[in-house]
Amino acid sequence: MLLSTINKEDKNMSLFSKENGEIFKGPLNLNNPIAVQVLGICSALAVTSQLKPAIVMGLSVTIITAFSNVIISLIRKTIPNRIRIIVQLVVVAALVTIVSNILKAYVYDVSVQLSVYVGLIITNCILMGRLEAFAMQNPAWPSFLDGVANGLGYAFVLVVVGFFRELLGFGSLFGVQLIPDSWYMENGGLYINNGMMTMPAMALILVACFIWVHRAVNKIED
Amino acid sequence: MEHFISLFVRSIFVDNMIFAFFLGMCSYLAVSKTVKTSFGLGIAVTFVLLITVPVDYLLQTRVLASGALAEGVDLTFLAFILFIAVIAAMVQLVEMIVERFSPSLYAALGIFLPLIAVNCAIMGASLFMQQRILLDPETSTQAIGGVGDCIAYALGSGIGWTLAIVGLAAIREKMAYSDVPKPLQGLGITFITVGLMAMAFMCFSGLKL
Repeated sequence: MLLSTINKEDKNMSLFSKENGEIFKGPLNLNNPIAVQVLGICSALAVTSQLKPAIVMGLSVTIITAFSNVIISLIRKTIPNRIRIIVQLVVVAALVTIVSNILKAYVYDVSVQLSVYVGLIITNCILMGRLEAFAMQNPAWPSFLDGVANGLGYAFVLVVVGFFRELLGFGSLFGVQLIPDSWYMENGGLYINNGMMTMPAMALILVACFIWVHRAVNKIED
Repeated sequence: MEHFISLFVRSIFVDNMIFAFFLGMCSYLAVSKTVKTSFGLGIAVTFVLLITVPVDYLLQTRVLASGALAEGVDLTFLAFILFIAVIAAMVQLVEMIVERFSPSLYAALGIFLPLIAVNCAIMGASLFMQQRILLDPETSTQAIGGVGDCIAYALGSGIGWTLAIVGLAAIREKMAYSDVPKPLQGLGITFITVGLMAMAFMCFSGLKL
């Protein structure tokens, strides 16, 4: 019975209609989850000291947001309103457990680097925000698009910040040394890595710069 | 006793939830507009931390850890779901108790109490606690070996978080009068302020305890 009601709703909407396109494009640019909605800041700052963990984290969040959105959207009519937060948390926690175990099995070194921040995806505000604001009111397919788009918008900020932090802090990208050894001070050159970039404090300032550029280009005002 | 004090001081200054681990950033940025409300939220976070960290510790050591429940049973993969369930339940419980026994505190905390369930600082503290059980108390001041350590850690983290949010709120109240470039107003300048505060807190990182 549940499935038949879902199909009835979806009939009115083609798979790639204009509204769905808007749902997908918004979070990637004008409605970026980090820069505009101010959601999911914690992990965005903590995992970006290098590019590789930043990308893994971005992808994990994208997958979890997309699938939790779909699941909650499918069962949204059966969830009693009073306990909806706990139901949402349990769905998200189950998905995070799966992703965390997959990461441990296939990219163990990255999962060690990410440490507690994989578990903290559960309390990532992007997830709860999208579940409450979107998946609770919309059918499965738009919810899936919304989840993927918000995850990718989040991943984009992580990649930009991770790129600059690794390049300036370690002189490398993906662990591959880009600045030639002969440039460094100890080898008689003039270059020195900016150790501040590897510290938590600079992540905040880089995200601030990202927000500055993003808002200046898109002319968004607070 | 010495270990309690060093763990406590360490979690306030060196391992500060906000400046070292960025935990609880969302509510930290959203609520830090006035000193009064941010102080209320800080107290609420400390309160909930003080309950959830010891409860999750007992859950971890008595039920989840390998061989704790029965020989050869390792339930650590359930940690995420159980921890978040404990946190959500405890927040609900704390809300009811506060409402029953101290209506004035309940009114002061208002909407913040239920929102704490999804504050990363609470979940983060439990997850860090889970990692630190494995550390050797002889060599590391971060090690957590009992309920007493959990309470010292939770209290220190909560006070550190309160300190950070009250500090930011005070700066933001003053900043209302300064001339900030348009696109940087609001969120952008707040981030830069937190960054500078984090740099200031970095000077504690050499602290030997």
